Amino acid sequence: MDSPELPRISRREALQWVIAATASAALVPSQVFAADASAVAPAGKPYGTDPLLNHTYQPGELWPLTLGPDPRRTVVALCDLIIPADDRSPSASAVGVPDFIDEWISAPYAQQAADRAVVLDGLKWIDAESGRRFGGPFAGLTAAQQTQIADDIAWLPKARPEHKPGATFFALFRNLVTTGFYTTPAGMKDIGFIGNVALAKFPDPPKEVLVKLGLA
Amino acid sequence: MPFVASSKTRPQYDVIIVGSGAGGGTSAYVLALSGVKVLMLEAGRNYDPVKETPMFQTPAQAPLRAASTPDKNFGFHDATIDGGWTSPGEPYMTRRSDKPADTFHEAKDHVAFGSKQEWIWWRTRMLGGRTNHWGRISLRMGPYDFKPKSRDGLGLDWPFTYEELAPYYDKVESLVGVWGTNEGMENTPDSPNNTLLPPPRPRVPEMYLKKHAAKLGVPVIPSHMAIMSRKMNGARIAKVLHPGDANAQKLSADGINARQACFWATPCGRGCNIKANYQSTTVNLPPALASGNLDIVTDAMVREVSVGADGKATGVYYVDKKTRQDVHVKGRIVILAASGCESARILLNSRSARFPDGLANSTGKVGRYLMDTVGAGLTGQIPALENLPVFNDEGAGGSMHSYAPWWLYKEQLAGKLGFARGYHIEISTGRQMPAAGSLGFLDTVTQGAYGKRYKEEARRYYGSTIHLAGRGEMIPNDDSFCEIDPDRKDAWGIPVLRFKFKWSDHETRQAAHMHATFKAMIEGMGGTVLGTPQTDGNKAIYPGGGIIHEVGTTCMGADPKATVLNPYCQAWDVKNLFVADGGPFVSNADKNPTLSIMALAWRTCDHVMAEMKKGNI
Repeated sequence: MDSPELPRISRREALQWVIAATASAALVPSQVFAADASAVAPAGKPYGTDPLLNHTYQPGELWPLTLGPDPRRTVVALCDLIIPADDRSPSASAVGVPDFIDEWISAPYAQQAADRAVVLDGLKWIDAESGRRFGGPFAGLTAAQQTQIADDIAWLPKARPEHKPGATFFALFRNLVTTGFYTTPAGMKDIGFIGNVALAKFPDPPKEVLVKLGLA
Repeated sequence: MPFVASSKTRPQYDVIIVGSGAGGGTSAYVLALSGVKVLMLEAGRNYDPVKETPMFQTPAQAPLRAASTPDKNFGFHDATIDGGWTSPGEPYMTRRSDKPADTFHEAKDHVAFGSKQEWIWWRTRMLGGRTNHWGRISLRMGPYDFKPKSRDGLGLDWPFTYEELAPYYDKVESLVGVWGTNEGMENTPDSPNNTLLPPPRPRVPEMYLKKHAAKLGVPVIPSHMAIMSRKMNGARIAKVLHPGDANAQKLSADGINARQACFWATPCGRGCNIKANYQSTTVNLPPALASGNLDIVTDAMVREVSVGADGKATGVYYVDKKTRQDVHVKGRIVILAASGCESARILLNSRSARFPDGLANSTGKVGRYLMDTVGAGLTGQIPALENLPVFNDEGAGGSMHSYAPWWLYKEQLAGKLGFARGYHIEISTGRQMPAAGSLGFLDTVTQGAYGKRYKEEARRYYGSTIHLAGRGEMIPNDDSFCEIDPDRKDAWGIPVLRFKFKWSDHETRQAAHMHATFKAMIEGMGGTVLGTPQTDGNKAIYPGGGIIHEVGTTCMGADPKATVLNPYCQAWDVKNLFVADGGPFVSNADKNPTLSIMALAWRTCDHVMAEMKKGNI
């Protein structure tokens, strides 16, 4: 796969988030992040091939979480930079996305372990860059200062060489925040998904939709 | 008690069925309702979809937002237990494109597309097998599909025509409930009146695709899905299915009436606890169990068919996974329905002085002619679908409401396409429940947005994509087969399979044609392809097994010297041994095999009953 993974996709392609999450990261060599003690795969236990499907799982229930207070503050700040509150929905951190990201990077699977290395090193990169530019960690910066850094790393193909490590991280992190947020009830409502409810009849689409598409 | 422990089985059964999926489930239904004593052996655990299906669970309720993992390859909520592209304790061996030629390696990949394995084999270990999660796509093979060699000189002909199997398609469609329409199209059979259920309306992007695909000559019509779009009349259907048998009619009618119509929500791949779609566990097994004629032993890993001094099957040996005991059960008749490859494995492992190369294998054809379906896909982003007002377009969750049957028969027969067989197009689209990674295209289409603009862009782009997946016919070849690995055994001590698999130019060119067609369809809607259309079909095609349509490993035919089974799926060499999964398939038309597996199994069991009554077996 040499391109971003596919959105509304068939059964076989579906949920191959493995690829989706790393599609952007794959644009630059993984050696951008040198081996780091923080990249060691976590020791938790996989949920196995016959887990309880009807159970509601909490982050931390299946394997221990990773983030201490400082990196978590950075995660929260980044979550809300990417998905802030607006008049339609709350921010990513308000609906538990930092917990999901912690769960993700703490999971005992190879893909998540690879992402863990990118995320943990990326958080350090962000805070180091914040310190270099503004003298403090990312979470303590003003919105304008955060934006100044984010604009340099938000789009990997256009990032300058010295920003590539941050941009590689940001691409993965944005994908994680996107998955984390839009799979919550608030995120689904925001985006306009109103299904997952039993209906006596599959309703006809609104007339205006058909008119707009030339199908009326 | 219909679910029994190994120690509580009867001394002798009329029929032993190995496997509980589409073939085994259908066989158990037909035979148990006909009044014979049946034992079903399932290698996996018992499974109750009514209690276990995570119907309305959202991704946020699952670990990792229900993303694919090595434990659950199709995502957390998928109705696959102890299986996927690998299965615990049950290795298989395959060649790999990144390893030296003709060396075999244990399968370990958990993603099909992009795997370097020549063959990738999806299994489950649960009652109902893969019918719990399958795609529900239910297309009849057409008249051409039974006589492909006569038509273009390639592959093999089936030993009978479409008309022979048609009455069994009628029965299966009536029992399981299939929505669809009769379109009168070439090699795309109609069903008798009042057999198919009414299809739901197309999703809006499907309507849009239909309009614009017409300019390319691609017909987009209602899909055929084994999903009840409305309640079915159990008494009326059962009367037709079981004429003159009041007891069978009552059992069948009760089973049908216990099912509810689709409520247009929740992903079908999780299974369905209101029994709206076909699963062996919700459709076949409840009436079969209610008959009192069916015993089921789960966690029973069959390793061998036993044979008597007269060369007939006497029963099977299995490993009881709970006790690790080797158990023998006796039956007058044995039906293998363990999946094409697993049934071949059992036959090849059934070696004796009389059958040194395995049972039913005097021709050496067991395991040969392994086929899968050609698969390739592309996704498009369609600007016209952006920023639509909010409305419910979910439908039968994840299941297509429309598809495109193969439309270029004449061009193909005239030799204009460069490949010999056709494909149909499966469509995934609509305003579906967001899943892990399903919005992963946003960073590309927004070129790095974040913040409030990102949220606005997410609203704009959600629901604006269409995925087109080609599913095409493979021609059987001599380079694709499974055989027993000389060294490896599974956790139960049973020798495992190893695979060789090769696509021919007919398949890879077809895959390239799919990509070219999908690009044209996407651009015909004013859209942009997300990803890279490939002109080299080798880069577009899934690895063998990736579409999970394993068929052909115990092929049937009219010639005892060239085939494993006779036209009734009865072993030429062992007359009380039958195969009722995809193994008997002679070709693998683009029509997804499950419906045909069920129709063939029903026909086979009618033959079993007739032969038993005559005293022939």
